Amino acid sequence: MAENITLEVTRYSPERDAAPAFQRYEVPLRKDWVVLDALNYIKDKVDGSLSFRWSCRMGICGSCGMMVNGEPKLTCATFLTSYAPGPVRVEPLRYFPVVRDLIVEMTDFMVKLKSVKPWIIRREEKPVADGEYLQTPQQLETYKQFSMCINCMLCYAACPVYGLDPLFSGPAAIALAQRYNLDSRDQGSRERMEILSQHEGIWGCTFVGECTEVCPKHVDPAGAIQQYKLSAAKDWFKSLVMPWGSK
Amino acid sequence: MRSSEVNRTNEYTPFHPRWYRTRVSTYWWLWKWPYLKFVLREISSVFVAYFVVLTLEQIRCLSAGPECYAKFQEWMKNPFLLVLNGISLLFVLLHMLTWFNLAPRAMVVRLGGKRVPDLLIAGANYAAWLVVTGCVAWIILR
Repeated sequence: MAENITLEVTRYSPERDAAPAFQRYEVPLRKDWVVLDALNYIKDKVDGSLSFRWSCRMGICGSCGMMVNGEPKLTCATFLTSYAPGPVRVEPLRYFPVVRDLIVEMTDFMVKLKSVKPWIIRREEKPVADGEYLQTPQQLETYKQFSMCINCMLCYAACPVYGLDPLFSGPAAIALAQRYNLDSRDQGSRERMEILSQHEGIWGCTFVGECTEVCPKHVDPAGAIQQYKLSAAKDWFKSLVMPWGSK
Repeated sequence: MRSSEVNRTNEYTPFHPRWYRTRVSTYWWLWKWPYLKFVLREISSVFVAYFVVLTLEQIRCLSAGPECYAKFQEWMKNPFLLVLNGISLLFVLLHMLTWFNLAPRAMVVRLGGKRVPDLLIAGANYAAWLVVTGCVAWIILR
């Protein structure tokens, strides 16, 4: 008989429960199984009412972020054997409101992400006939790291600042803003600065640095925020010394 | 019928049914070592400020004459202050180490299109610190 491992999974039904509680499930401990496989096993074979988000199973879509033994993880990239002999505690992402079981409400993140305008802004588009906006490998290198973000929100679950102040824009949104600021084709850094130079923007960050530690794509949001702060301080100083000059 | 019942009893938002939000504990910084390290690093600035005030007081006594300075030195021999200054020194060193090591994350320097390695940025900070310390030591001990 195959070896088993116990999963302690958060269950919460908004219609029935006053607060979430843990339910224990026994699942086979297979070498090639990740936590998401175990959750799918529960859903298929043990308890079909268990709810959770997932999609690609390969660390690209960013849907299956959950707390595994207290750490924010992509469950599709977290092997069960790393937690043997168990139990493995699976909870919804920390600091987000729980809708049901392991599903969190992510509207707050979506609104914040949109507010920082994470797309290329041009003052004036050049005609199509003039060709593409060319970019050198060096110019690509300056922002490539930040463009790897998959919006999995693990960095939010690792950020105590976001937990204590839900108005804080948060690591991923700021890192993505910085991704477009550093893009040689973009001209929207001033617009983004107006949004992110507020207290709830970059200055809310106290550089705990855990966002970077948990990022499955090595984006380094903490670094992005500090670099943003540095350029904001430089801009402020420049406007103080040369109030007539434009950025 | 059922949804209206739920609507009456539960709080609804435009996007989802009643959700559950966990309160963040006051002791969140004890959850794990990196959080505690962060809090210690932040607290260290209090001790940096204390050392600044102490140094200013020392300079004030120095300019006020030998009597004032002798009094300052006597005051510094207080066992409570000795312990406090010892703890402060440890926190100031922690402050320096943590911030110097974090500097490369905030400062991205590019030379000839390539990013200068983190070690070099942190190393430049340590070198500057050594030079300044050497100058201060030379002024005091000469």
